[in-house]
Order: sequence, then C-alpha cells, then structure tokens
Amino acid sequence: MSTVSETTHDGAVAVGALAAPSADEGLSPAQLAAKYGLTVSGARPGLAEYTRQLWGRRHFINEFAKARTAAQYTQARLGQLWQVMTPLLNAAVYYLIFGLLIGTSKGIDNFIAYLVTGIFIFTFTQNSVMAGVRAVAGNLGLIRALHFPRASMPVALTLMQLQQLMMSMFVLIAIVLMTGEVPDASWILIIPALITQWIFNTGLAMIMARLGSKMTDLAQLMPFILRTWMYTSGVMYSISNLTAHAPHYVRILLDVNPAAVYIDLMRFALIDSVTSAQLPPHIWASAVGWAVLVGVGGYIYFWKAEESYGRG
Amino acid sequence: MAVAEQQTVADAVPATSSRVPTVIVDDVHIVYTVYGAGTGKGSATAALARLMSRKANPNIRRVHAVKGVSFTAYRGEAIGIIGSNGSGKSTILRAIAGLLPTESGKIYTDGQPSLLGVNAALMNDLTGSTNVLLGGLAMGMSQQEVDERYQDIVDFSGINEKGDFISLPMRTYSSGMAARLRFSIAAAKNHDVLMIDEALATGDRAFQRRSEARIRELRKEAGTVFLVSHNNASIRDTCDRVVWLEKGELLMDGPTDDVIKAYEEHTGK
Repeated sequence: MSTVSETTHDGAVAVGALAAPSADEGLSPAQLAAKYGLTVSGARPGLAEYTRQLWGRRHFINEFAKARTAAQYTQARLGQLWQVMTPLLNAAVYYLIFGLLIGTSKGIDNFIAYLVTGIFIFTFTQNSVMAGVRAVAGNLGLIRALHFPRASMPVALTLMQLQQLMMSMFVLIAIVLMTGEVPDASWILIIPALITQWIFNTGLAMIMARLGSKMTDLAQLMPFILRTWMYTSGVMYSISNLTAHAPHYVRILLDVNPAAVYIDLMRFALIDSVTSAQLPPHIWASAVGWAVLVGVGGYIYFWKAEESYGRG
Repeated sequence: MAVAEQQTVADAVPATSSRVPTVIVDDVHIVYTVYGAGTGKGSATAALARLMSRKANPNIRRVHAVKGVSFTAYRGEAIGIIGSNGSGKSTILRAIAGLLPTESGKIYTDGQPSLLGVNAALMNDLTGSTNVLLGGLAMGMSQQEVDERYQDIVDFSGINEKGDFISLPMRTYSSGMAARLRFSIAAAKNHDVLMIDEALATGDRAFQRRSEARIRELRKEAGTVFLVSHNNASIRDTCDRVVWLEKGELLMDGPTDDVIKAYEEHTGK
C-alpha cells in the first residue's frame, strides 16, 4: 500500500510538471481555464443565448411532439382513433351527468355545443399542466444522455397537446354544426383564442415542469387541484347565470380565471347564442395579458433552474 | 524510469504546437444527498410526525462520493478511469458533463462534454429510427445532417444485421442492442469532449472493435475521450493515460501501463 501511495505522489508531480508547458507554468486552474476559454461545466447560459439555443432546436421540438403523439396509442388496438374517441367519450359522460341528470343546462341554448367546447378547451390546459409536471421527471433518460435546452421538453409536450386539441377541434366543429350553428365571421376568432391559450399553457407547463422536477409529490396532488379548477371555470355551467345575484368580487374572481377566459372566447367564436353581452368586460385584454404574463414569466422561471434539471 | 515513459506519452500526443487543455478538474468534492436511505420509518404517519416536529428526515443521507480530485485533460488525449466499484468513477464523469453539481471546487470544460452511459435510455416506446432522428436533432444537428448520417449510424450500430430491427420500438431491443444504438447516435457527432461509461463492455466483439476505431477517430479530430471501464484490455487498447480513483480519491494519474500495472498489483490479479 505504501509503495502505491509513493508512486501516486511521483506520478502526480511528474504529470503536473508535464501538464504545464513553459507558457502555462504557474497558472492556477482558474487562470488556465480563462486563458483557453474554458467555461464552468453545466453553467446556465444567458436568457438571450438560451432562447437562441432553444430556437435552434425547433426541429427537435416539432419531431419530438410528432413522434410522441404517434407513439401514444401504439399499445392500443384502435390506435390513433383514441385521439378522437377520448374527447368524445368525455363529452358524453359530462352530458349525461350535467345535462340530463343534474340539469345545469337551464338557461343555456345549445347546451351540447356549450358543454363540449368547455370540456375540450379546459382539457387542453389540464393536459398541458399534467404533461408539464412530468416533462422533466418523465424524460430523465433523454435529459441525462444528451444536451439540449431543457425548455424543449415542456414546449414539445404542450405542442403535442395542441396537436391533440386540433383533432378535438374537428370533432367539436362537427358537433357544433350538427347542433345547428352556422359558420360565420366570428369563427375567425378561433385562431387568436387558440394562440393565446397555447402561449398561456406553455408558460404554465414550464412552471409546473420546474416545480415537478423538485417536488415529486406534485403528480399525485395535481389531479385534485385541476378538478377544483375545472369546477370553478364554468365548464358545465354558465358563470354569468350563476353569479347573477352573487357579490361583485366573486363575479370578478370567477371572470379573470384564465381557463374561464379562454373557454368563454371559444364559445363566443363558435356559438351564436353566446353574445358579447354575456362576456365579461375586457376579455381579450385578459386573454392576451394572461398569455404574456404566464408565457414570459414561466419561461424565465424555468430557465432560472436550467442547470439543475436531471441532476441528483 | 517514470520520466522516460512519460516522454513517450508526450510524443504520442498529436502534433499540436502546445497542449491545449479541454477539461480542468480543480479540487472537486461531490456529495450526494440520498433519499429513502437508512433505517427511518417510511410510513405516512412517520412522515406526518416529521412534518409536525420539523425534524430533519432521517431517510436523507449524505454520501461523500468524490473527495478533492484534480486533473487536467488535453486535446487529443484518451483517458481511462479505473477503480473498484463505488470508487466515484461514474460520479466524476457525470460532474464533468454538468449533470451533477459539485459541493466545492470547479470543473472547467471546452464546450459541452457529452456523457454516454449504458443506463441512459433514450425513448423506449419509439422506434430505433425515430430515436436516431430525435437524438441527432437534440444534439443540435440539422435535419439534413441527420438524413445524411442516418445510414452510417444504423450501419455502425449493427442493429439491422439480423433483420429489420431499426423500425421496431426500442423497448423490444436487447440491452446490448440498445446500448449499441445509443453509442452510435452519440458518436455520430464530433464532440470536443466525449465520455463513455462502460458502453464498450455491452457490445459484442465486432462492435467493440468498431467503437474502439471510432474513439481513435474522434481523438484524431482533436477531441478528448474519457473511458470508464473494468476491462483493462480495452483501456490498454484505447487510452494513453489512466486516472485511478479509489474511495473517491485520486490514487494515481499517469501513463496507461504504469497505472494499470499498479492497479493490477493492488487488486491482486
């Protein structure tokens, strides 16, 4: 053992002398690193550089979302058909309970279209949140094996949910047409409503991704929080009918809820009987405001912990 | 004697005018925080009681895995890392890759080192070809580059030698096939610093020869390669310098033959 440690000593000294050719002699490791432009491993890039890297991975994000969507139902016999079946079955269940059994449809024209729109739009946000929670924890293999801006994961997973929503939208438009709505100019509003909600969802997914990477209990807790959120978002009832006699502040609280905002906008776009008189004031401002606030805020919040994902 | 041998190693370094460092490890300590270890009760009531009394979780233990390791790696070097199981070899590689934070000390690297471990699964529910595409794009290759190299990657991995396996999901692969494909994807790009964690041990003999050749190629392209292995023969074949870690401490750092000889005496082989 003693011979070994002696060899070590000799070896280390000899290599140390070898490692420092004349010019680099006497430099401390930090100075040597600075001289050859080495950087601290795993350090987080600046926000602008990070955004540039993320933009450079846009093909990866797109392909990842596509591949994941394709792989999602490979184990099921009916395959991709479930992309359409799942939202349809959801709508059927809620229609049975809230439309036929409890009867929250009172005072709402075309309740089927009203309900299905609410469910599909809320599901988009709900699934983005759940995908966000698992975005880092569920892709540790990829994150530990390869280097790429980690924000690619929540962005790709939200993009995947957007693709899923597109399938649902075909179902939704079919239902809306079958229930007697006629396409008109207001249908164009579908596009800005979807874009603002998508930005909002992406920001939210990034917030959840950072939280979920550290708090492993979150995946268990989120379904309860999301269900509470859904029942307060007017998915299967009309907020304006419910709060007609409620105090002013309750009404405001329910109206600024981002999920309710995006649901209301989509209903306004698709259903003729939902008029702008029923919408809360400044609804487009809140839609854009939420998208900017959560989208940008969530991105910065996620980036702040970039170096810690996949560690430990 | 030692000086003479090191002279030959210095000569073997590719003819760059001066030696350019690519990785500097400066007095690095790494401490793991391990959850769910120890004898503390894991039941719900015990967890609640801990929350109420604000006591530290006895299930959390700190493991000092790397203790004050320093070395400098240069361009064109292939460095083997040896030591018995649990000596901190994989830990130090993950720290160099930026995947583990250091407790104290700093690691400086040239560009972003890539770590290739046998346990790093890619996307198991996707097909091999999708994994090639996604892996390449994630490493920052363009769509066109991936298309150009796709056939090379598949051929190198040897996945299709026994039939059309590349179009099957990766979960159907044997562990050796999956490791080969992962190595092929990661080796398709020219890395400044490539670290390989016992990946060569998993392939068959033909694949081992191909990957050793690829490692030599990467070194020629002025990269630095780290190789963790328990197979002294493959270290001898590919590395010109070896770092020996034991219990988280750097025991020896020098030319391959010297260090492996001392290591073999130590382990009694």
